[in-house]
Amino acid sequence: MYAYDELDRTLINERVSEFRDQVKRRLSGELTEDEFKMLRLQNGVYLQLHAYMFRVAIPYGTLSSKQLRRLAHVARRYDRGYGHFTTRQNIQYNWIKLADLPDALADLAEVGIHAMQTSGNNTRNVTSDQWAGVAPGEIEDPRIWSELLRQYTTLHPEFSFLPRKFKFAITASEHDRAAIKVHDIGLRLLKNADGETGFEVLVGGGLGRTPFIGKTIKPFVHGRDLLSYVEAILRVYNQYGRRDNIYKARIKILVHELGIEKFAKEVDEEWKLMGDSALTLDNSVVEEVRSRFSYPAYEKLPHMPDELKQAAHDPLFERWRKNSVTPHKVQGYSIVTLSLKPVGGPPGDATADQMDAIADLADKYSFGEIRVGHEQNLALPHVAKRDLPALWKALDRIGVATPNVNLVTDIIACPGLDYCSLANARSIPIAQELTRRFSNHDTASLIGRLHINISGCINACGHHHVGHIGILGVEKNNEEYYQITIGGRADENAEVGTLIGPAVPYAEVADVIEDIVEAYLALRDRPEELFVDTVKRLGVEPFKERVYATR
Amino acid sequence: MTSPLEQKKIKITGPSMVTANRTWDGIVIYRTADQGWSAELADAAIVRTSDEARALLTEAIADDVGAIGAYIAPVEIQDSGKIAPGNLREQIRSEGLTIELPVPA
Repeated sequence: MYAYDELDRTLINERVSEFRDQVKRRLSGELTEDEFKMLRLQNGVYLQLHAYMFRVAIPYGTLSSKQLRRLAHVARRYDRGYGHFTTRQNIQYNWIKLADLPDALADLAEVGIHAMQTSGNNTRNVTSDQWAGVAPGEIEDPRIWSELLRQYTTLHPEFSFLPRKFKFAITASEHDRAAIKVHDIGLRLLKNADGETGFEVLVGGGLGRTPFIGKTIKPFVHGRDLLSYVEAILRVYNQYGRRDNIYKARIKILVHELGIEKFAKEVDEEWKLMGDSALTLDNSVVEEVRSRFSYPAYEKLPHMPDELKQAAHDPLFERWRKNSVTPHKVQGYSIVTLSLKPVGGPPGDATADQMDAIADLADKYSFGEIRVGHEQNLALPHVAKRDLPALWKALDRIGVATPNVNLVTDIIACPGLDYCSLANARSIPIAQELTRRFSNHDTASLIGRLHINISGCINACGHHHVGHIGILGVEKNNEEYYQITIGGRADENAEVGTLIGPAVPYAEVADVIEDIVEAYLALRDRPEELFVDTVKRLGVEPFKERVYATR
Repeated sequence: MTSPLEQKKIKITGPSMVTANRTWDGIVIYRTADQGWSAELADAAIVRTSDEARALLTEAIADDVGAIGAYIAPVEIQDSGKIAPGNLREQIRSEGLTIELPVPA
């Protein structure tokens, strides 16, 4: 956990007071909606179909049990008793009243949570691997650097009026769980030959209307130069990024139009001009931030405790353990993923009661810490293996032990037309139907790792472009239709999926996905070949044939 | 359902109403014939020409304190005279989500 200092607390509290005054002036008519809109967006407040939507940041996906309880409190007191965890380590409330927002923000501020820059054309919540600090093989905890970036970019005047929103993601593991290649800037933490920390810097990734995979602009930037190099990129973007066309305003378009070599040259020139500046990170600054992260006092525990051996006789426990429990860097401990994807449920939603219960379980079994992943699930990052049987029973009782992590029913979906004012089509009912179709665990296990991502419009909040199977809602003659792509992925081998053919109507989507999955099972050359690898080997044609032969 | 946020030209092809969200709490509201707002679609003023629609929208937008994001949307007038939403977006706004809420209202 990161402990905020007095400066952080003052900043957050002042922001609440400022927004309280702005809301008061808006409600009195002193501020028009045109004047107020940017102010509310900079505090994470959108207007959706039914109400205001309030997006709260969970920097690098790390929460304390106290913070999670406060998120539950906000859901219960100011909203309708639940929240929605998003693909960027935020939580959204869908029914909040503008008049209540200052009080909700004040309640969150008491536990160091805020909504600054969760919307608007600025640098957004800095995201990271949800297993940061606990994953075996990780080079070092990337959250130290996420936090440095968070402090540096928060309310930075030069980055508060960018051409468009700007998103960072950081990983320090070989396997990318933070989707860094589809972010405006993706950072992969590395060590150089001298053992010094630095970053491969990727730029220009993103989804939305025009998807691009990020390109490496620098194979190694020393840690001490991270802020200055990032600032050089942002300055070039700020200068040349298009402000005349919202659809061409993201940095990915600038990188694409200039070409990565020319863009890199511009950045290098800017970087040289900056020279050795105040942005060069002194080691003491890095260590100061590092020292504010606390880590659990792990016990020395056996690799295979008796409790686990005994529980292994229970097939239901074993099924869950094999699916949702992953190795920890410390012997005797595990990382436990909590599925927010129950059969028939809206992906990523958690009720206030569930949040409270998870906070209690985090206190009991995970040193009071919870993580939020971009796949819209939660995790308990420090669970002693001896506690896994008891934890499983407790998680099952509150409905977050569905053993479907990374399987076909672990669907990422945006809120879609049920909530969102931008959407063209619904996402959640499609996800719900698919979870029912594939609810048989044996079938889902036979299929293996398969990520389905659903977006209700081209803005791609459900990251459909990088789903192994991507589903995009579109409108045709006032009816909901869905385009299907296959072969996308968001990991270290990130790719944009390929469209298989004409869009299909709402009622046929689940049948089409079943056809695609059946085709995969028939086409894979061995059970271990993942869906996405079969698509890579064979292309989309055999899947296209299967889907459209009878349609 | 093309987002009404992208609504640029005012051209209606059938009976329409003006809808918005109430400023202080964000709930869905409909412009009424007596220059007010109602949370019920049944109370909405119905317009049938582009000029009428433009006039109703102009009047709605003028209430910047009371409402936010006003736009014109289609309705269907049923044989019984009942006003029904003209597309899925408006049906969802008027009648609620097509899914069950995680916590029953």
